[in-house]
Amino acid sequence: MTIELTGERVAARLGELLPETRVEAIGHSVYVAAESLLAVCTALRDDADLRMQHLTSMTAVDYITHFETVYHLQSLAKNHLAVLKCRIDERDEPEIPSVVSVWYGAQLQEREVYDLFGIRFTGHPDLRRIFLWEGFAGWPLRKDFLQISAGAQHPGLPHFPKQEQGFGVLSGPNWTAPEPPRQS
Amino acid sequence: MTIQTEPFIVNIGPQHPSTHGVFRMRVVLDGEKIIDADMVVGYLHRSLEKLAEERTYTQNIPFTDRMDYLSAMSNNLGYCMAVEKLAGIRVPERGQYLRVIMAELQRIANHSMAIGTFINDCGAWQTPLMWMFAEREKILDLFEMTCGARLTCNYMRIGGVAFDIPDEFLPAVNGLLDDLPRKIDEYEKMLMENEILIARARGVGTIPRDLAINASLTGPMIRGCGIPFDIRKADPYAVYDRFDFAIPVGENGDSYDRFLVRMAELRESVKILKQAVPALPGGPYKVDVPLSVRPPVGDAYARVESPKGELGYYIVSDGGTAPYRFHVRAPSYINLSVLREMVIGASVADSIVALGSIDIVIGEVDR
Repeated sequence: MTIELTGERVAARLGELLPETRVEAIGHSVYVAAESLLAVCTALRDDADLRMQHLTSMTAVDYITHFETVYHLQSLAKNHLAVLKCRIDERDEPEIPSVVSVWYGAQLQEREVYDLFGIRFTGHPDLRRIFLWEGFAGWPLRKDFLQISAGAQHPGLPHFPKQEQGFGVLSGPNWTAPEPPRQS
Repeated sequence: MTIQTEPFIVNIGPQHPSTHGVFRMRVVLDGEKIIDADMVVGYLHRSLEKLAEERTYTQNIPFTDRMDYLSAMSNNLGYCMAVEKLAGIRVPERGQYLRVIMAELQRIANHSMAIGTFINDCGAWQTPLMWMFAEREKILDLFEMTCGARLTCNYMRIGGVAFDIPDEFLPAVNGLLDDLPRKIDEYEKMLMENEILIARARGVGTIPRDLAINASLTGPMIRGCGIPFDIRKADPYAVYDRFDFAIPVGENGDSYDRFLVRMAELRESVKILKQAVPALPGGPYKVDVPLSVRPPVGDAYARVESPKGELGYYIVSDGGTAPYRFHVRAPSYINLSVLREMVIGASVADSIVALGSIDIVIGEVDR
């Protein structure tokens, strides 16, 4: 069975490896600051005890007040899994170091996060949109990206004022029904 | 006389019989050798992750069918497992066994298609593909018998499976399991030592072991490099820990080894089915879960061994009826990380073989 390491366990080990770095353990995740992200990731990958050599999944979540990038790390040798998270408080131009130099598998996953959330990964060799076309305006998976859907509840909308025209392609009705033919 | 040469860009796809969907690859050629390659995806991007944030957890199950549309059962299973993990729902025994049976049947169906199209990419047109499709048709008939659909099954539910198997299912699956070993022997006799296949696939698209781990590869891609990582053994879910099966691994990490791994996995799936089908217990096949289930606030990551690799679902819940964040860790997408490394130095023909051996489904790559 893959052991899911608790945040405390990983934080304790990181405290031994990098004593000056501040990490916080909440539940099964370890939160780390963006400045120490690369150091922490390298330590987790190279440590003989944890050996997190496989970046299983990397994604981001928009919590309205901040973004969070989530890294699921796995050790194939030791068969355990850990969750690393990093908060980004900046909403307009969020930036975070890229972990491509630590795990090559982050390359495509960071491109996807950049494409859908707009988070810039500094140090990424080729950061450009992947799913959406060049010139697409807006970051779709953010909570303030509007979408046509009758009566849907958007958790983020009350926090954001009305969007101006030109934000993505779905800012308003693009098509209105033609007049039905008159009966004579 | 010196001949002036310059690099030449060739565009492969998105409409192309061998790109496994709408996948575009731009290769820069120096003569016949590829010196750079770039992939362009997103032709099938349907924003499923965003759409899922507006629908209830049960309404999102059909979305998962359509991601990796060639192995819908595994997709459904991973998603239901993630929600069950978040909400703390336990699936009854019969439901677990049915999940394993469907997942393994799906694996055989998927590998028949994957191997068949790979051999097609190597130049054998559709003959081996159609041979393997004969068995795949029987599996799709089983799916249609149970849940009404051949491809987009929508069979798993949060808390179990949607329907119980009908009476015709067990005799049909037992007949299939009696036939399959002999059919797999035929495929092996036809393909395994085939000179042309070996010439086209040996040494093509080789991935070194360290790169395989560092590039987050999973599934037959990483097992072809000799690393025995299979989630059914490393992190057993459903009732996989009760069955006896092996994990086939390759040696060199080239396309031929990945093909061998998939052929061997066909046999292992038959082995699992032969243990699971007779052991199918009675009882309920799902627990009563409200139509709009509200998992507690938090996040969960659950994964299954889909035929393509590790299919993971990361779900964040805010206590409401719709997921706050729905992310799919798509194996096809992440396995494409090494595409450039696999094709640089090869010819265009080899790049098609290498791409075919990754076994991608664009629905999953693009979501």
